[in-house]
Amino acid sequence: MVMTVAIAKERWAGKCIEVTLGTGPKQVKIGGEATLPFLHFEGEIPNPPVVALEIFDQAPQEWPELLTEAYEGATGDPAAWARKCEELGADLVALRLTRTHPDGENASPEEAARVAAKVAEAVEVPLIVLGCGVEEKDAAVLPEVASALSGKNCLFGLATQENYKSVVAGCIANGHAVIASTPLDINLAKQLNILITEMNLEPNRIVIDPSIGALGYGIEYAYSIIERVRTGALMGDKMLAMPVILLVGQEVWKTKEAKITDAPEWGDHRKRAILWEVTTAVSLLHAGGHIAVVRHPESLRYVKEHIAEMMQPQKY
Amino acid sequence: MILIGERINGMFKDIREAIVNRDPEPVKRHAVLQTQNGARYLDINTGPTVAAEDQPAVMEWLVRVAQEASPLPCCIDSTNPDAIEAGLRVHRGKAMINSTTADQWKMDIYFPMAVKYGAAIIGLAMNEKGVPKDAHDRLALAMELVANADAHGIPLDDLYIDPLVLPVNVGQDHGPEVLEVIRQVKLLATPAPKTVVGLSNISQRCPNRPLINRTFLAMAMACGLDAAIADVEDDELVDIAATANIILNKEIYCDSYLKTFRQR
Repeated sequence: MVMTVAIAKERWAGKCIEVTLGTGPKQVKIGGEATLPFLHFEGEIPNPPVVALEIFDQAPQEWPELLTEAYEGATGDPAAWARKCEELGADLVALRLTRTHPDGENASPEEAARVAAKVAEAVEVPLIVLGCGVEEKDAAVLPEVASALSGKNCLFGLATQENYKSVVAGCIANGHAVIASTPLDINLAKQLNILITEMNLEPNRIVIDPSIGALGYGIEYAYSIIERVRTGALMGDKMLAMPVILLVGQEVWKTKEAKITDAPEWGDHRKRAILWEVTTAVSLLHAGGHIAVVRHPESLRYVKEHIAEMMQPQKY
Repeated sequence: MILIGERINGMFKDIREAIVNRDPEPVKRHAVLQTQNGARYLDINTGPTVAAEDQPAVMEWLVRVAQEASPLPCCIDSTNPDAIEAGLRVHRGKAMINSTTADQWKMDIYFPMAVKYGAAIIGLAMNEKGVPKDAHDRLALAMELVANADAHGIPLDDLYIDPLVLPVNVGQDHGPEVLEVIRQVKLLATPAPKTVVGLSNISQRCPNRPLINRTFLAMAMACGLDAAIADVEDDELVDIAATANIILNKEIYCDSYLKTFRQR
């Protein structure tokens, strides 16, 4: 006797918003799905999730050797480093402006803009520009950098409840998209999207950073928030329908599992650290993430392989 | 909560005069105001003073004028099938028919009409014998409506069961029965039919009408009410609908929820 199984399909009222980043042939499109991650049998998934490699505007002081050696000496020169990332197959490059941090070099907005312009010149893939994370300083730096990269359709962040007005104004004036960042709180995420759209930035130029935790460090909170953002979008909530960015590298590479080299009982360090990053990224892509920002080129390769496999249509 | 704006109805003096003078402005004004205030449909009713033979032409005119001013679909409200069909014929988008009773001859007119025009439809849980006294008899009629709609291939989530609300100063004993029907209609079929009430009916000829309407809306929503034909120009009422929506976890909370409810 042949048994047939009826595949249960959910009927959704809404879909995710599609966002385009960059210009030219290496432009990236994210979002646009009408279903949960990778459920090809249920709804259209026009764009695969993408993976970015993260670089700094100076040689990183606190990165483990395992990370820096992967870039073969390019970490001292941001433009060369960005080019290396592109060669390694990154869909986007995320430039973090660490030199602007007030407790460090305290580089000026103009200096940051010069570095960013050089990096943008060096690559064809879209650029993500991240500030130093001090909201006030980012409010001064990001608009200046946005102006230097005018028309390149980059993704700027982080815009928070404290500094979104300046960051968003810089993006509106120069044709960029913005990362709206909130601390693991779906209600605040929705509210910030509303505030940003009220400044007349189109919803298709917003990407949500829900804040994440690495594997073992609160990943489940991020997972459930990202999942609720996605189901909210599919149920027709337009203020939660923007794509989601996962800042994986910054969380993973501060964990002891990724950093500690002399723990033989935890197995091989290289394998463990990279797997920590891959597992964090892949888990959150399955929750509904669209851009994973990682730091190790091996992580990039593994995550992209996984995405390629998950983008195969189901056989039922 | 799907709010259906009740204001474009010849029962109201300004609309009655607009119909007589074929003056589109009052109709447009209420269409825009109700749209801004969070209505999802505009109820359109010629009112009782228009002669039966004139009702189709008036309905057609009202639907056209309302849809010129608002992107919303209409809830085409009449006891005259010719008037309803005239409205459907010129309607843009997915309309709602208001309404059929559970009488077989009426269901045989209106359900095929809903199919023909791809419209949703309101089914009143009453028949020629009048409004049932209790929840049980209302549910029996609701089941008739469900069975007939299903037989015509109407998706059950396009069927809105109206349990019939009576004024609280006339039929006080009907209040709890109506709330019970709103709860139990959901058990009649899968997917469940929707529920709708003519909200303002609860307060006919009472003092404190807005207070009674608002209180009843919150109570009915707690019982699972999906839609209400209501005074959407009452800001407090819309705020209550938005707040109940949040408390019922129908929408993800954000500080601007009163605004997003109106924008949806």
